[in-house]
Amino acid sequence: MTTLTEAPETSAARETPARRRRRVDRLPYLLLLPCLVIIAVLLLWPLGQVVAMSFFRLNNVRQLRGDREWPWVGLGNYTDILGDPFFWTVLRNTVLFAAANVALTMVLGTLVGLLLNRLGKRMVAFVASCVMLAWATPALTGTIVWKWIFDDTSGLVTWLFNALPDGLSQALFGRSEWTGYGWFNSPLLFFAILTLVVVWHSFPFIAVSVLAGLKSVPSELHEAARVDGAGPWKVFWQITFPLLRPVFGILVVLSTIWDFKVFTQYYVLAGGTQDRSTFMLSVYSYAEAFSPPPKYGLGAAIAVILTLILLVVTGVYVRMVLKQEEDA
Amino acid sequence: MKRLALNGAGLLVALFAAFPVYWMIVTSLKPSSEIFSSTPRPLPGEPTLEHYRQILTGNLIPGVTFADFFLNSALVAGATVLLSGLVALLAATAVARFRFTLRTSFLIMLLVVQMIPLEALVIPLFLMIQRLGLYNTLPSLILTYLGFSLPFAVWMLRGFVAAVPKELEEAAAIDGASRAQTFRRILFPLVAPGLVATSIFSFITAWNELIFALTFINDQDRYTLPVAMTFFFGRDDTAWGPVMAASTIFTLPVIVFFLLVQRRMVSGLVAGAVKG
Repeated sequence: MTTLTEAPETSAARETPARRRRRVDRLPYLLLLPCLVIIAVLLLWPLGQVVAMSFFRLNNVRQLRGDREWPWVGLGNYTDILGDPFFWTVLRNTVLFAAANVALTMVLGTLVGLLLNRLGKRMVAFVASCVMLAWATPALTGTIVWKWIFDDTSGLVTWLFNALPDGLSQALFGRSEWTGYGWFNSPLLFFAILTLVVVWHSFPFIAVSVLAGLKSVPSELHEAARVDGAGPWKVFWQITFPLLRPVFGILVVLSTIWDFKVFTQYYVLAGGTQDRSTFMLSVYSYAEAFSPPPKYGLGAAIAVILTLILLVVTGVYVRMVLKQEEDA
Repeated sequence: MKRLALNGAGLLVALFAAFPVYWMIVTSLKPSSEIFSSTPRPLPGEPTLEHYRQILTGNLIPGVTFADFFLNSALVAGATVLLSGLVALLAATAVARFRFTLRTSFLIMLLVVQMIPLEALVIPLFLMIQRLGLYNTLPSLILTYLGFSLPFAVWMLRGFVAAVPKELEEAAAIDGASRAQTFRRILFPLVAPGLVATSIFSFITAWNELIFALTFINDQDRYTLPVAMTFFFGRDDTAWGPVMAASTIFTLPVIVFFLLVQRRMVSGLVAGAVKG
């Protein structure tokens, strides 16, 4: 993500005859060929295929192997999905989850970025290393550990709640015994823990990017504002935020894209794709296609809807990056 | 006073960020009696490697050990890294060293393609893998991860290639070196650190991936580590000791690699190679 800006073309002005000759040759295209073929076959073709598949009724793996007919159903899969109230529940879950996660990740990440900018040298090194650790941990194992922390018998959180004075626990939550409490059983609590896991994984990227942005802002501006008596709140909104607006824009869009399609963390925390009450679009699409009985066409249609939503967000992102490269 | 508050907040952030990793390692070193005791200890009272021994020597299913899954994962990730590095280096050289008509379009395409939700491609790629007869084989995953890691690898590597001063290649050309020689003797050694950094990103992509490995592989002895871990440890009566030992073995290489890349990215690549 740090390589978004293009290297300046310093030597464009002093063209040698040799370079001018290179311009017309086919070498660059030959060098690009393997890359183009791979992207076309493994990314663009499947993208077209998923749209195509969404117009067929595909309920058998033999249809995929080409041993059986593909019955055309036109927009049938789409009308089935859009007419199903369950789809709208899933869509609401997805949007609310993404919105909550983007907001929390941005707020926490920005606060940590601002904090890192103010800490002493050794403290920064220490805190930044710890933050990197959360970033580097694979989604899979990070989620497994959180699942262990929320284990209903020996988990740390269960122990913490058991350690509360019984009267206080009773008054606050209506129970004093937490051993055996199913932290993942109610959808709301499940989404809260999933949010904790996702925010834990994604705030470091925001923090580091914000810190990098802050380093590029001349510190005189902040000092001048502080001398003029502006509080930290005012300094942030009137100076830091406007200067870093492009950075924040890109970070919000990237986070939105990532949080719309959370899968690994969900899969581990939910222990599979059986619990329909906590479905989000990516999980819904996967479960329709691969849980028996398979409905590949229906799953493909949901995947297309997810892609369309993200396409809009991506459009915003690409325009932002291009604009930044122009400005740079 | 203010310093104190800031440092306190810093410590809280560090605790929140690092605690799960710490807890994973600590749990993996505790004897089962301590793991399942009602009062958790912050450090193992009697540290033990029994869970590691159990993971590394035991059979998860008859005849298949943890090492087999590790090997499957390493094979898939290794092949992905090699292929993606080679193809990305060629493409990055084209983009960073030549002006050609479709250059900008190619760059925009790279940017857009990275935003394709891979989760939406499970179904069509499953179809392709079925058609190619690659279902239930490791190459199905290598192929898939190659496609996923390539756009970012090219995007990242082009920065490293562009950072190598053109003057070096021009000097070599004046000295009579052919293009192939220039590439091999000048560009390649200078881009090598960037290639390492890029490879690490491809490695992490392939090593961590779960959904496709879950979908394309059927036989248990061909599972990659992530699938094996969700399959064998995803049950209710989870044995947390072995799970944390396995998680630690899975996580540590990723963390080490990740921290390596972070440093690489910051350090000046060829500072001092050209004066003036």
